[in-house]
Amino acid sequence: MSAQSMFKKEFLAGLRASLPVFIGYFSVSFGFGTLAATQGLPFWQATLISLTNVTSAGQFAGLTVIAEGGSLITMMLSQLVINSRYALMSLALGQKMGKRFGVLERLITAFYNTDEIFALAMAKDALTVPYMLGLGVLPIVGWTGGTLLGALVGAVLPPVVETALGVALYGMFVAIVVPQIKTSRPHLTVTLLAIGLACLFRFTPYLRTMSSGLAIVIVTVVAAAVTALLFPVSESQEETA
Amino acid sequence: MRMALYMLVMAVTTYLIRALPLAVFRGKIENRFVRSFLAYVPCACLTAMTVPAMLFATNSLISGAVGLAVAVFLAFRGKSLVFVAVGCCASVFLVEQILMLLAR
Repeated sequence: MSAQSMFKKEFLAGLRASLPVFIGYFSVSFGFGTLAATQGLPFWQATLISLTNVTSAGQFAGLTVIAEGGSLITMMLSQLVINSRYALMSLALGQKMGKRFGVLERLITAFYNTDEIFALAMAKDALTVPYMLGLGVLPIVGWTGGTLLGALVGAVLPPVVETALGVALYGMFVAIVVPQIKTSRPHLTVTLLAIGLACLFRFTPYLRTMSSGLAIVIVTVVAAAVTALLFPVSESQEETA
Repeated sequence: MRMALYMLVMAVTTYLIRALPLAVFRGKIENRFVRSFLAYVPCACLTAMTVPAMLFATNSLISGAVGLAVAVFLAFRGKSLVFVAVGCCASVFLVEQILMLLAR
């Protein structure tokens, strides 16, 4: 196969894999656009925020800071805390990219390393540059387009449809995790640990007041570290992990 | 002006969090614990974001729980990403319709 048709094939595979993300992003960002409009932001500002951030929780938090007229330091801290999980994800993704990705490719794809795109990239056997580029297009279009439409037309979707579309992303996460826990004991362990810890942070007094972004970071670090101690990976295992 | 600064701070902070680890750590990390840790990060992170958060993402605990159960079942049967995501949405939609009928 020629280099060009290989590029096209991988790029299209990336596009196809990201379709559920497109659907999910469109509906979630529609909600963001609607919310931004009700807080008095012009539609182009809401759309620009989505285009330049491509993240859900961080943007919703940012909107709160804007609405309260908070300081720029508060804005920066809110983004740092809520988005710090991306640093972990980028670290893991960087190892997966290996030598195939140069600095420029890393700097470009970092822009849209969202929870969902990260999940899809890590689920791919051999991650290539065209596949990673293909993964980004539809989600960015969906995220920005959904915001624009939400800010312009507000609540045209019946709320029940919006709610149903909103769980698409959760469904996708489940579809990525379950096949791994079916065949691998370490992955089953890390998943059960994460569920237990996440419930602890959700339901325990004091702990539940913590921002969900920070809670996700702590749960991820503790669950992955404990599992890494219990089941260190060997070189041969890592190829399939 | 203030708005432009807000938007700039948001975008730059978010980008740097994502880009720095990717651009700085380009070589293979040799430490076995760190490599094991990073191998388990995706599963841990995705799970932490889904359970129990999904139960509270819909209009009722019941529809969230059914959606989660349907997604786990379909994924367990080896269905594709799109199929699982659509099945999950459809089940939440159906359950919420039924709940609305019952509430009347």
